[in-house]
Amino acid sequence: MTEPHWQHYSHPADMGIRGFGRTREEAFGQTALALTAIVADPSKIEQRTCIEIVCEEDDDEMLLWYWLNAVLYEMATRNMLFARFEVAAVDAGIRATAWGEVVDIARHEPAVEVKAATYADLKVECDSRGRWVAQCVVDV
Amino acid sequence: MYAEKLKRTSECAWSIEPFGAMQVPVVVFADKPLIDAMDEQVYAQAAHVAALPGVVQASYAMPDAHWGYGFPIGGVAGFDAKQGGVISAGGVGFDIACGVRALTTGLTHDDFERCKDPLATMLAHRIPAGVGSRGKLELSPGEMDDMLRGGAHWAVSRGYGAAEDLARIEEGGQMEGAEPRFVSDHAKQRQKDQVGTLGSGNHYLEVQRISAVYDATIAEAFGLRLNDIVVMVHCGSRGLGHQVATDFLPRMVKAAKNEGIELPEKELACAPIKSDLGRQYYGAMNAGINCAVANRQVLTHRVRQVFSDLLPKADVKLLYDVSHNTCKVEEHLVDGKPRELYVHRKGATRAFGPGHQALPADLQQTGQPVLIGGTMGTASYILAGTRTGMERSFGSCCHGAGRAMSRKQASKRWHGKDVVMHLSQKGIVIKGASLKGVAEEAPGAYKDVTVVVDATEKAGLARKIARLEPLICVKG
Repeated sequence: MTEPHWQHYSHPADMGIRGFGRTREEAFGQTALALTAIVADPSKIEQRTCIEIVCEEDDDEMLLWYWLNAVLYEMATRNMLFARFEVAAVDAGIRATAWGEVVDIARHEPAVEVKAATYADLKVECDSRGRWVAQCVVDV
Repeated sequence: MYAEKLKRTSECAWSIEPFGAMQVPVVVFADKPLIDAMDEQVYAQAAHVAALPGVVQASYAMPDAHWGYGFPIGGVAGFDAKQGGVISAGGVGFDIACGVRALTTGLTHDDFERCKDPLATMLAHRIPAGVGSRGKLELSPGEMDDMLRGGAHWAVSRGYGAAEDLARIEEGGQMEGAEPRFVSDHAKQRQKDQVGTLGSGNHYLEVQRISAVYDATIAEAFGLRLNDIVVMVHCGSRGLGHQVATDFLPRMVKAAKNEGIELPEKELACAPIKSDLGRQYYGAMNAGINCAVANRQVLTHRVRQVFSDLLPKADVKLLYDVSHNTCKVEEHLVDGKPRELYVHRKGATRAFGPGHQALPADLQQTGQPVLIGGTMGTASYILAGTRTGMERSFGSCCHGAGRAMSRKQASKRWHGKDVVMHLSQKGIVIKGASLKGVAEEAPGAYKDVTVVVDATEKAGLARKIARLEPLICVKG
């Protein structure tokens, strides 16, 4: 079984983000890290404080979309970057904890803001080996 | 499947006749090389738009069109409410009323050159840009609603800019029909300290030199002379616009399903104009338009302060302010009859021709100034709307160069430091918060803006007035 990880992929309109995990929730956490990595190098972000994010939705793909947009909302309104996400399944969706810190322009050298997660290429799947993939294109 | 159906109808116009679910043709304005390089997804996306309820005349793609979300970027379509027409959050996009404004300064290149470096430094210092930047204004909930209703009027009443600026903004700087009550608390929360900030990505503030004048009469009327210094600002409705789109998209996906509207892509999400959801989105989107013009008005004030401190002889005047992600109610002639349409322009600029009632008296003869932003290293253009454009594209034209490669490809190919050094050898000062951001916006990642503008002019959508070359670029 592959370790959880994330990647960026090319999309003509903007940037694709993809997370892999042993569970749907792990893949969601990795996709949020891929989202963070568009803005700044996650290894430069310190885990000083944590916040909770709850998303409710039945459909896996829509749940991913709500999740990523909820992370973006927290980044924008708290002026924070997050380096670690722990996502757990709950009855109606997911409950997550995100660890990070307030943006430090000199240290994080943030590249761009992400406007929104889109429906383009939106996919949540489990392959025959039990590996979960969660992806979408984000508007930068 | 779409490309092979494309038929050339004139030098710079191509069409796909309706087939399948399409109700109207697709019309693409481009020359042969632009068509050859255009992603086939543009035709597919324009064809999907041509199948939406109440679409009128044609689904258009501008010469800078590229693959977008639902609608192509560079897409234009008009819908008739009386014929079950729809309004689409995807058709406006995530950055509601993203746009460009141009300021003349009354300075020539000679006045400017000795102040170039201090000016670049001061602009970068005073214009909040990039991730984590905050404006100096923090709006209370009451004032947020005033801003969303008042647009640039609100900004002027707060001391940002002058009353004479307003006539040079679409709709006089205040979009009617804005309904802050349909803008979510989340959206307002994202905006509360972002008024007067530039944002990031492809947003910028540039100081430019007029390097060519193509139509001396109209250029004179616009206040543009060879070697004059002009400032262009490209930015939008910031967090508020992004959140409005995010809030309405899933609701419109559900509404479309309930109405039996087939969406080949979810981002075509739409609702009948004459439905509660359609009206709510229209009210929220108009508030987003006001947010964007208020934002550009506050930025203009900051630019004026910098010029007045460093170059006191400057007289910074607003030439015009255009928004290129909007849905607006306009009257257009369709088969010789006037019809009220909800015209969506997604990555397309309104380009009203001479004599249009929406233009102020002093622009009646010239047509609307149309502002086309280029990339950091290349040129920008100022065009003027034409009467033929009114007939051919609901008075719309291109909005910029359009990306030719993805951000990931660009950041692999170029390093931010090299881009900055290469441009500085050409005399262009880049002030960017982030080198990675600069690499993603490298000039080579975009189409050639000159080719796009030439095709726009040949297609009759607008005429070239002046070309501008960058001297200072402040990136978000």
